[in-house]
Amino acid sequence: MSATANSDLLTITLAEGARRLRAGEITAQELTRAFLDRIAATDDQVRAFVTVTEESALAAAEQADEILSSGDATAPLTGLPIGLKDVLMTRGVRTTAGSRMLDTLIPPYDATVVGRLRQAGAISLGKLNMDEFAMGSSTEHSAWFPTANPWDLDRVPGGSSGGSAAAVAAQQCIATLGSDTGGSIRQPASFCGVVGLKPTYGRVSRYGLIAFASSLDQIGPFTRTVEDAALLLQEIAGPDPLDSTCYDAPVPDFSAELDRGLDGLRVAAPVEFFTGGMDDDVAAVIETALDLLSANGAMVDRSPSMPSVPMALPVYYILAPSECSANLARFDGVKYGHGARQGESMWADMEATRKHGFGREVKRRILLGAYALSAGYYDAYYLKAQKVRTLIRREFDRVFADHDVIVAPTAPTVAFKQGAITDPYQMYLNDIFTIPANIAGLPAISIPGGFGADGMPVGLQFVGQRLDESVLLGVANAYEKLTGWNTTPPSIVGST
Amino acid sequence: MSEVDTTQFTSEQVRHLASLVRIELTESEVEEFRSELASILSHIDALSEIDTEGVPPTNNGADLLNVQDADVSQPAMPRDEVLANAPQREDDYFRVHAVLDQS
Repeated sequence: MSATANSDLLTITLAEGARRLRAGEITAQELTRAFLDRIAATDDQVRAFVTVTEESALAAAEQADEILSSGDATAPLTGLPIGLKDVLMTRGVRTTAGSRMLDTLIPPYDATVVGRLRQAGAISLGKLNMDEFAMGSSTEHSAWFPTANPWDLDRVPGGSSGGSAAAVAAQQCIATLGSDTGGSIRQPASFCGVVGLKPTYGRVSRYGLIAFASSLDQIGPFTRTVEDAALLLQEIAGPDPLDSTCYDAPVPDFSAELDRGLDGLRVAAPVEFFTGGMDDDVAAVIETALDLLSANGAMVDRSPSMPSVPMALPVYYILAPSECSANLARFDGVKYGHGARQGESMWADMEATRKHGFGREVKRRILLGAYALSAGYYDAYYLKAQKVRTLIRREFDRVFADHDVIVAPTAPTVAFKQGAITDPYQMYLNDIFTIPANIAGLPAISIPGGFGADGMPVGLQFVGQRLDESVLLGVANAYEKLTGWNTTPPSIVGST
Repeated sequence: MSEVDTTQFTSEQVRHLASLVRIELTESEVEEFRSELASILSHIDALSEIDTEGVPPTNNGADLLNVQDADVSQPAMPRDEVLANAPQREDDYFRVHAVLDQS
């Protein structure tokens, strides 16, 4: 295959790929081989993958080609190669959540989203690197290795879904899935210049997602275009008998409103999302974006105030560690994963298992959560945080009473250098603009907004009303079509 | 509601928390976590200044209540695949140290 044909395949979208596969212009095996070759050529530098499933991917591609050539490929993603964050259970394929604790785990079942993508015909190329148990904002807390940012290999890709974002940016997959508890899809999407969507809490089943903070976690897609995000969400969304926190709500056709345009759209830019903490280069990009939205028919209202929103970060750092300290109690070295057996008692083994199995960031959050939940502190921390959570939700409801969508920066900075942030709280500040949507359970998307310092991508975030992903996808698609920022490739592309 | 003085966060508290969550810590880890947790808590303490009088807590990401499943048996996962992940297995059981002291 010529280099031109190859690079042509690597920039393909889900939408275009599906069309060309059905037209017989390309085969699933060509496509899958092109991405596997790309991974082989670039992953020494990017290190997005924990596990590449070459053999099963090629076998699935062969099957897809048989279905395609018989002319009855009804599954919408037939033959399209994707990647999965290593926090999603995959039957028969090692799943580690970036932790030594799960070094040897071979799941006996698929996460619901994994099963649905398989049903939809997608081909998994493998499992993507992440901060351990999804706790982090840089993918430096993976127990295995850090992932690099394809725009500048000395910088982090963001986190915790850093592998999922970097793989799409480096053209190693057409699209990937990640998970977002406080920004873990949107912040790496911002840092890597790709589209990242966190659906409404309860829109997508969490069955088979290794739990971090169950009232906040949500699975969503990374893609190169907003249209592809709609296509992938379409396949993973909807009620699931195995997750009772999933809304039993009808799933709309997410592609239907992609072209609704900006005319008359009521956009809120609340002051609390634009004060302090933001670097100048990011602020400049966001201001330009607001002007562009206004110039194209949107009504941008900068007057709304959400005074409780700055409290979302402290609320998060009570609720998420509290939930994680309970969720991670299951890792006791008995049923699966790392299990120390040198001690003299069951308790000694358990303490040794957790000492060696968990990394520092995970231990810190478990301790913090145990503290917030302990007798004497529960009211001051956990209950207080739940009450402020209510205030934050109410403020969002008030803004959405007379606005369609909220616009905000995704992250306060562009991607930082590896090793640059060592203080835990400074790292947590990365998620200051993304956490509020998780606290309120709202859908939010980050799309390429422009470029900041050193040519690094800057994400633009939109937050929508509960279960209204359609309006987010519409406004994001309109911005994407106006700017075309998403078509600029990162430096690693063509540098092999 | 009483305010919590995080400047008083002690090594003993860290050791106590570690014993509650069954994580063995080294002495240097105890000191590192003490200072990091004290720092994180000092930022979190801003919450205590928010008036939440009469505000109900939100403890659920969605607005769902009392979701119930039909009481129908479903096929279970294959036993051998589940047990294949056990650090120690004996026949069809997970093997651990004796839980109760037999002396």
